[in-house]
Amino acid sequence: MARRATPEVNAGSMADIAFLLLIFFLVTTTIEKDKGIARQLPPNEEVTDPPIIKQKNLFIVNVNKNDQLLVEDKLMELKDLRQAAIAFLDNGGAPAGSPEHCNHCKGKRAPDSSDNPDKAVISVQNDRLTSYKMYISVQNELVAAYNFLRNRESQRLYGWKFTELKKAIDEGSYAGNEEAANSKLENVQKLFPLKLSEAEPKSSGK
Amino acid sequence: MSKFTKKKSSELPAVNTASLPDIVFMLLFFFMVVTVLRNNNLLVKNELPKADQVEKLKKDRSVYIFAGKPSARYQDKYGKEGKIQIGDKYTDVTNLKFALTEARQKLLPELQDKVMVALKVDKETNTGLVTDIKQELRDINMLKLIYITSPGTEIGN
Repeated sequence: MARRATPEVNAGSMADIAFLLLIFFLVTTTIEKDKGIARQLPPNEEVTDPPIIKQKNLFIVNVNKNDQLLVEDKLMELKDLRQAAIAFLDNGGAPAGSPEHCNHCKGKRAPDSSDNPDKAVISVQNDRLTSYKMYISVQNELVAAYNFLRNRESQRLYGWKFTELKKAIDEGSYAGNEEAANSKLENVQKLFPLKLSEAEPKSSGK
Repeated sequence: MSKFTKKKSSELPAVNTASLPDIVFMLLFFFMVVTVLRNNNLLVKNELPKADQVEKLKKDRSVYIFAGKPSARYQDKYGKEGKIQIGDKYTDVTNLKFALTEARQKLLPELQDKVMVALKVDKETNTGLVTDIKQELRDINMLKLIYITSPGTEIGN
């Protein structure tokens, strides 16, 4: 059989076509970067019998309309809020032997601060004229305080960091058994449950 | 002298461009994969606040609410007060419930129960507006929300 050479296809304009498409996609691209602080709102029901929270288990953060912070009746800079929140949550003031005693707390165990992380509630009160930037910064610092404590506990119990594992699962890059990891995450969450309450904001000036 | 004449005679070899399409295609595929076509025409200023303790948003089950000052070209018409935008139009706080239910219906049916509200609020906005939105969300029982932020931290700048 005589073999005939097939004529070569002219690919000279391929680059031009590809360039055209490339430029189109370059222009229309917005790279995904939607990340944020997730929250669960309390359901809108009348609470008939609100539980009484002791004053010492309450950590009150006040933000006024000039974006100033008042934490437990003291003026505070934003950068100190994280440490203050960690100290409060980690205090573990309940005496040893009582059912409320917190074994994993490493705080000062001051009797006039929170009993245990399960009882400790952080209450944020905003003014209606507080800027959203400040609001997010405060929330961010408080979540950071919880994350710090959760990281510490997960490191101690399982040898990994809470936030890192959670991120890996979120991104689907976690190699091991996802269900087992999730239940471990829940265990750590139970040690430091997120108890952030938001009071109805005061109208400005009051 | 002879050196120069010699050089003149030799021709410069052409640059080989045979691999150019390959390179371009590689770039093209990268951008095709990461591209999301914008479907929201922003009517409000939207400079997000910064935070670093963040979680990822699940896109398929989220409804977006934008809020902030109207953008510069709409300020003559709508003033400078904070406004809410859902979809392609401004929404009033009183209208929010209707607009949100409508937006929810556009999601996949099996995901409508797991809906998550993504708040994209400009950092200059007053918290009062956000509180109003949250109150409405509680009324229609859409309790999961996420404050979209940009990476970074506000402390120190």
